[in-house]
Amino acid sequence: MLNKMRQKKMLVMAVGVLLAVGVLAGCGGEKKEPAKAKEKVFQIGVLQLVQHSALDDSNRGFVDGLASKGFKDGVNIKIDQQNAQGDQSNLKTISQRFVNNQVDLIHAIATPAAQIVANTTKTIPIVGSAIVDYKTAKLVQSIEKPGGNVTGTSNHNPPRRQIDLALKLLPNAKKVGALYTSSELNSQLQVAAMKEYAAEKGLTVIEATVTTVNDIQQAAQSLIGKVDFIYCPTDNNIASAMSNIVKITIPAKLPVFLGDEAPVIKGGATAGASVNFYKLGFQAGEMAADILSGKSKPADMPIGFQQDVKVVINKKSAQAIGLILPADLQKAAE
Amino acid sequence: MSDLIISTIAQGLLWSVLAMGVFLTFRILNIADLSVEGSFPLGAAVAAVLLDGKHSPATAIVAAGLAGMLAGAVSGLLHTKLKIPALMAGILTMIALYSVILRVMGKANLSLLNMDTVYTSLEFLNLSPNMTTFVVGLFIAIVIPLWLYWFFGTEIGMALRATGNNPQMIRAMGVNTDDMFLLGLVISNGLVAVSGAFVAQDNGFSDVGMGAGTIVIGLASVIIGEVVFGSKNFRNSLISVVLGSILYRIVIAFVLYLGMPPNDLKLFTAILVAVALSLPLVKAKWDSRMVGI
Repeated sequence: MLNKMRQKKMLVMAVGVLLAVGVLAGCGGEKKEPAKAKEKVFQIGVLQLVQHSALDDSNRGFVDGLASKGFKDGVNIKIDQQNAQGDQSNLKTISQRFVNNQVDLIHAIATPAAQIVANTTKTIPIVGSAIVDYKTAKLVQSIEKPGGNVTGTSNHNPPRRQIDLALKLLPNAKKVGALYTSSELNSQLQVAAMKEYAAEKGLTVIEATVTTVNDIQQAAQSLIGKVDFIYCPTDNNIASAMSNIVKITIPAKLPVFLGDEAPVIKGGATAGASVNFYKLGFQAGEMAADILSGKSKPADMPIGFQQDVKVVINKKSAQAIGLILPADLQKAAE
Repeated sequence: MSDLIISTIAQGLLWSVLAMGVFLTFRILNIADLSVEGSFPLGAAVAAVLLDGKHSPATAIVAAGLAGMLAGAVSGLLHTKLKIPALMAGILTMIALYSVILRVMGKANLSLLNMDTVYTSLEFLNLSPNMTTFVVGLFIAIVIPLWLYWFFGTEIGMALRATGNNPQMIRAMGVNTDDMFLLGLVISNGLVAVSGAFVAQDNGFSDVGMGAGTIVIGLASVIIGEVVFGSKNFRNSLISVVLGSILYRIVIAFVLYLGMPPNDLKLFTAILVAVALSLPLVKAKWDSRMVGI
């Protein structure tokens, strides 16, 4: 018995010692490398919410944007890439790591990532991307003059662009169905803006929301026969399940419009006026470069938007539905 | 570096309240209650909405706890009155809460940046933000276990513990085990929701997706705590849960620090929990072999 207890004590002690050693070892390694070259090597932390093609594009764009202004990873900057894998409890740990390492700038990809970083540090400059509305997320005081340590680029794509495009192709449309994920704030905001614009245009809106990709087919089915076309916001679930949606909408001759390029080209959605996440990431990278070189401060840098959106039309889908494309849109259908 | 240690421990303390809730159902009632994944973000949502409406942090946290208790009651009633298996009852409550949370917040994400929270209310102490979180975490990780320790020493608390251990015996003594299950689930989910309220205020936002994976965090904390710090009596178990929650955070922070590809993090967590779960068996085998020699 005594022997057993001693064993147990030993086990507890061993674990304790191991932990202490681990933490101490962490201590040693965590310190910033002494600047060996004359030129300062900037430390940059990149925090991405989840693995996703649009966010990955944004991330790639950011790195390239920095490089375009002379900040190359491994040369005069060191990028610490971190991905929370959709687990929001990891976001805090990662952002704390950045603050602790005293990085010179943090790039936060997607709204929750930016919010958690902004709550962890009020001093380290933060450049965001893949965030629709900085103001509602309380990341900035205003879009023109952020006023704090956060700035970045927005993938806001006014829904009016999709509605205008839809009405150009379907002048007689009276009813629009909105298909989106209820857990995405970005989607909710876009649909709210769409409803406002649709009201202006005299369109009636019918909503169908989903919680996961598994509900999408049914939700799409519920709109058949009730609407003249479907509008989808820039929405992660919808984007990944577009090929499922068109299985239902094409036989029903129902066009689908959305502000994202990939679901149109690869997923078979009908058409969209889209933003490009790579370009927006690139723009964020350029902003980060300006901050690093001391040209400007996040507080004074307006949120960047993409002005020149690209209209894309999926010719096969359009033909299957029987849409007649006006001459000026023929080129977009490739 | 010390900042990182304090922040990691502070996170562990905030999450330890969730772990205590999971401990109540998983260890004391002997059921796996999945409503946790709904009551955690529910607590966060209720607190966020009230803070957004300029209510005091104390009101927000109490209301979050009450909302969680209500969610626990729903799970409990589904299980005891409608005889739905506990696992299924928890899942039903969890998915129902998704809609409830969206109703409560009116949208999927509610920001708490630059707002008065329980942490800003301690600004007069002039501590660093991490230290403030640590102090708050330490406070709740001491007060709540003390209360639980007292409660489970009372007659009703004893009956609750006995319900999980030996339902036949306690029923023979004239205790309604259904009521005990209900009570256990109410307390458990209340604690989980309170944890959600504290975590959301620390994160700076409440999000409908923040419950994903919380049951694993809770279970991992409980089991790691038991294996490393023991569970020879109730007091020991409570302390182990808190320390287990801290240890879990340290392990995650350390693994992230070592630069494990984040894609593998979930697999790592699963392996960690599996190893912790199997350790008692391995150890027992080892011990029996030692005795044999």
